[in-house]
Amino acid sequence: MMIDRLNIWQKIGLYIATFIFLLFILMPFIEMFRVSLRPMSHLMTADFTWWSEDFSWQAYRDMWVTVPLLGRYIFNSVFIALCVTVATMVVVIPGAYAYARLEFPFKSLSLGGFLAVNMFTGAVLLIPLYRVLRQLSLLNTYWAMIIPGVAFLIPTGIWLLRSYLEKIPRELEEAAYVDGASRLYTLRRVVIPLAVPGMIVVSTSVFIGAYAQQFLFAITFNNVRELQPLPAGLFEFIGYQDTTWNEMMAAALTGVLPVLVFFLFLQKYLVAGLTAGAVKE
Amino acid sequence: MANTGQSAPIMARSGLSEAAFAWLLISPALLFIGVIVAWPLAETIRLSFTNATLGGEEYIGLANYAELLSSPKFYDTVGRTFYWMFLSVSLKLVMGLIGASLLNAALPGKALFRILVMPPWVIPVAIGVIGWKWMYNGYFGLISGLLQEFGIIQDRVALLATKTSAFYSAVVTDVWVGTPMVTLFFLAAMQGVSRDLYEAAWVDGARRWYRFRRITIPQIMPVIVSMALLSAIWTFNSFEIIWILTEGGPRGATTTLIIDTYKVAISSQRFGEGAARAVVIVALLALFSLAYLYFLNRVNRHYGAK
Repeated sequence: MMIDRLNIWQKIGLYIATFIFLLFILMPFIEMFRVSLRPMSHLMTADFTWWSEDFSWQAYRDMWVTVPLLGRYIFNSVFIALCVTVATMVVVIPGAYAYARLEFPFKSLSLGGFLAVNMFTGAVLLIPLYRVLRQLSLLNTYWAMIIPGVAFLIPTGIWLLRSYLEKIPRELEEAAYVDGASRLYTLRRVVIPLAVPGMIVVSTSVFIGAYAQQFLFAITFNNVRELQPLPAGLFEFIGYQDTTWNEMMAAALTGVLPVLVFFLFLQKYLVAGLTAGAVKE
Repeated sequence: MANTGQSAPIMARSGLSEAAFAWLLISPALLFIGVIVAWPLAETIRLSFTNATLGGEEYIGLANYAELLSSPKFYDTVGRTFYWMFLSVSLKLVMGLIGASLLNAALPGKALFRILVMPPWVIPVAIGVIGWKWMYNGYFGLISGLLQEFGIIQDRVALLATKTSAFYSAVVTDVWVGTPMVTLFFLAAMQGVSRDLYEAAWVDGARRWYRFRRITIPQIMPVIVSMALLSAIWTFNSFEIIWILTEGGPRGATTTLIIDTYKVAISSQRFGEGAARAVVIVALLALFSLAYLYFLNRVNRHYGAK
């Protein structure tokens, strides 16, 4: 299209601007990688330099000794996020269906109530939450990090999935009813299969929410090392005089790599999810 | 919303009424929110009228609130929190608009750029912040090093060690964490704008900047507006970033309400006083949201568009 045509200077300008923008976004990762390649003694003694001759992968071997539970932390992070995602979806699917399809008293009021939950983060409610979890004897278990996570992701999940379900033609369901199918059967056999793309999108964004924000609940409700997710596990080693920064950076990058690669494959769904959520309202 | 009539035949079949079935479907969600959000909220309000600690609790009326309201330090914290929120959210929205426009341009390679913008959003927030904490350090950190190299400063500077620089460093990191999501939301919205509008304007000879101002911005306004509110709430309550960078220091320079609450309630286990702070946060956010929505409504009515 003519309208999209850019002259060579506009193109160069846009590339430079995009480069600067992405540099801001990626700089911490580039720097973490650079640090992870350098021996600690050189990092601490020399002035800042861009490039040096001493690059090596040594930190990627040493980190397993310095952080003996690193493998466990990486597993915990993914495991907790997966559990949160599954539990959230189990609760969100029927809820979103009710809001998309059924009429009932207090419908918009209760939906508004759900959305108001967004105003609280776990941090505001930590004190009583701590007591609830202690009463249920869930402190220092995986549950202490899973259950609060689920509660705070339900509202957005319902909101997002509802907009997907509303796009499924009502006639299909009515046809099933006419054929004598029960409501639950229709939900299971007609609605859910049609909603699969939407559910992938919503569970992906729930997973991101659960994976990105495990730190607070982990440092507050859990002090069993073996159960800590990656950020909380690494945080223990950071901020002291003798922090081996190169190994910490190596561990951090190694820890997020599996999930990052996984998201590269799912990025199509991520953007689709945003489109549904954002453009709708 | 106007399809009540359509579902009438569905209602007729099973024994359960439509309303009862609906409530059955949302009951797990309600139960979760009830136990993990609503009850703790009520409990927080109750605790704020007590002097609860690990040892026990006693009703002390409004004493916690009276203490807060008479403490100049607390007003500082409130002011700092709002400044933190306005500054960080504005920057996120500006960065998001710039980023989305760049990623939306018809450039070869844009698919790759869209992927490259995601990492800060999809990794644990705390991991990215650990990277920033390193970059801010004075001896061998990247930022201090670069500033020296370009001759902007003479000596090494530990950015997190002085009050002003620590605050703005935390803002930069917060903007960094928030920008990818805002960018992708705006990008999605921009792609939803009808091409016909642009083409009509283009035929009329409208230049790019004009099209951006008069078509793109008004068309994606609803998304900007809702993103601004969500982002404001999250930023107000943003905990991890400040906690990992500075734990609220140096000398309180980065202590926002949420950090203050955490320190009082969890670190020093003064539950009652912490709860009063939490209630203040909820009240301020509720007031802010209502005011925001109210003004939004008036602006919308004024321009006669939703």
